[in-house]
Amino acid sequence: MSMNGALLEVRGLELGYGRSTVVEGLDLSVPEGAIVCLIGANGAGKTTVLRGLSGLIRARRGAVLFERTDLANKPAHRIARAGIAHAPEGRQIFGEMTVSENLAMGAYLSPSKAETARRREGALARFPRLAERMRQRAGLLSGGEQQMLAIARALMADPKLLLLDEPSMGLAPLFVDEIFRAIAALKAEGRTILLVEQNAHAALELADYAYVLETGKVSIEGPGRELLARPEIADAYLGG
Amino acid sequence: MLGQQIINGLVAGSAYALFALGLTLMFGVLGVVNLTYGFYFAVGAYLALLAAGAGAPIALALPLAAILAGLVAVVLDFLLLTRLRRTRAPELASLMVTLGATLFLYSAMSALLGSEIRRFPAGLLDNGAFALGAYRISVGQILIVGTAVLLSLGLVSLMGATRTGLAMRALAENSDASELMGVDTQAIMRRVSFLSGALGGAAGVLIGLEYNAIAPYMGEAMTLKGFAIIILGGLGNIGGALAAGLLVGVLEALTAGYVSSVYKEAVGFLLLVLTLWVRPQGLFGRPGARRA
Ligand SMILES: Nc1ncnc2c1ncn2[C@@H]1O[C@H](COP(=O)(O)OP(=O)(O)OP(=O)(O)O)[C@@H](O)[C@H]1O
Ligand SMILES: [Mg+2]
Repeated sequence: MSMNGALLEVRGLELGYGRSTVVEGLDLSVPEGAIVCLIGANGAGKTTVLRGLSGLIRARRGAVLFERTDLANKPAHRIARAGIAHAPEGRQIFGEMTVSENLAMGAYLSPSKAETARRREGALARFPRLAERMRQRAGLLSGGEQQMLAIARALMADPKLLLLDEPSMGLAPLFVDEIFRAIAALKAEGRTILLVEQNAHAALELADYAYVLETGKVSIEGPGRELLARPEIADAYLGG
Repeated sequence: MLGQQIINGLVAGSAYALFALGLTLMFGVLGVVNLTYGFYFAVGAYLALLAAGAGAPIALALPLAAILAGLVAVVLDFLLLTRLRRTRAPELASLMVTLGATLFLYSAMSALLGSEIRRFPAGLLDNGAFALGAYRISVGQILIVGTAVLLSLGLVSLMGATRTGLAMRALAENSDASELMGVDTQAIMRRVSFLSGALGGAAGVLIGLEYNAIAPYMGEAMTLKGFAIIILGGLGNIGGALAAGLLVGVLEALTAGYVSSVYKEAVGFLLLVLTLWVRPQGLFGRPGARRA
């Protein structure tokens, strides 16, 4: 999708670990207010892409233009400050801290106490289960609750762009539905989201646009519903 | 007699607790085994000695020594460990690097300052003492306990009630996730290094005052004792470190008073070994929990 003035424009991104190159020549764009989805087999490099965008690993080549500023190779905390929040794979909540403290960490860059309180109210209205567990140690939450906390924590930053890495991974069907409902609600509110999902069907139904990643390169791209109808996608990613 | 032993034990124990607090902070948040910690203890004691020798009152010598020890810690941490942390080197690497650095630093210190035992100038502290019923507590002891309590309360409220403290605890658990929240983890690490170095330095001054004996290698035995205390307290557990520090101080005093002062230094380790048999997570640790 070539879209001038998209919120996020990735050009020729190369990422890797040590001597191995995992992602090469990646072009991708996320327009303001859109949900863009990244799907691909295990090991295709989806998590690596998100880690590269949020600065957890260095870009070896290429540009990450966010609001037309190149964020490639900026430290992760600077990228967070620029307005990108990343709910990483495996949730990565602070298990020894309370739910409330996890939310406070999400609002680490919040400009004022009043603003933090406002965001906290919004997060708890979105995930009422968390409200009952504010004083509990986050590590004691169920997997589904931890995922809600991870998303709520990312939203506490009130980000311009939200990166979600497999929010439905390892969850019971009931929780998967709840997470996807929450993502749909975020979309309705006009949030901009880059979503990585194994659950390709649900993700493509929500996505305005989607990219299929195959061994570090984009193999197919197009509007979500269009990809849903493509037989090669159905074969490879939608369980036949 | 018993009461007086316990009072003396609590005084030494409060300095131990302070020392252990800095160590557990460094270990828990920075996630490295840093053996240079005992060096800050010795540095603090010597700096206070120098300041006192130059005529500074203890109210100036103590904070000055603590602050400078904190700065030394920041510099050493940067020189020795930045690179290891960035490459996520195994803990054994930081152990060896800091062990080597510590040996070097102690030798350099002995060469520079001499290895004989030095004492604070007479009259640095008021010689008075208060009577608590049948017991005696000296002005020096009140200073030691007061400083330890003040600094511990300060650290506990910093960790529990401030944004920086929250970031420190987050960093202790997960540095990537902390960065994603917008925490400049390098800057927080420098603050943690400073705080732990300052706590270690302050403890060095206090122990120097309590025993009135300062030598370059004083940090070495103390580091071992410090590790025993923080393992007893449950690694990374601040309250545990404080309680275990006091406990070891009291047991040492009782051992010296009722058994023999020969065994005094060993009692902390004996307690450690016995405890680990029964509770591998330490006296106050939660099973499975590792860090603050
Ligand atoms: N820290 C690392 N060090 C070295 N190689 C890594 C590291 N993390 C990932 N890789 C490699 O990079 C490749 C892409 O991994 P990545 O986690 O990005 O895939 P993914 O598409 O997110 O997979 P999944 O669907 O299983 O989450 C894999 O071959 C993986 O082995
Ligand atoms: Mg992944």
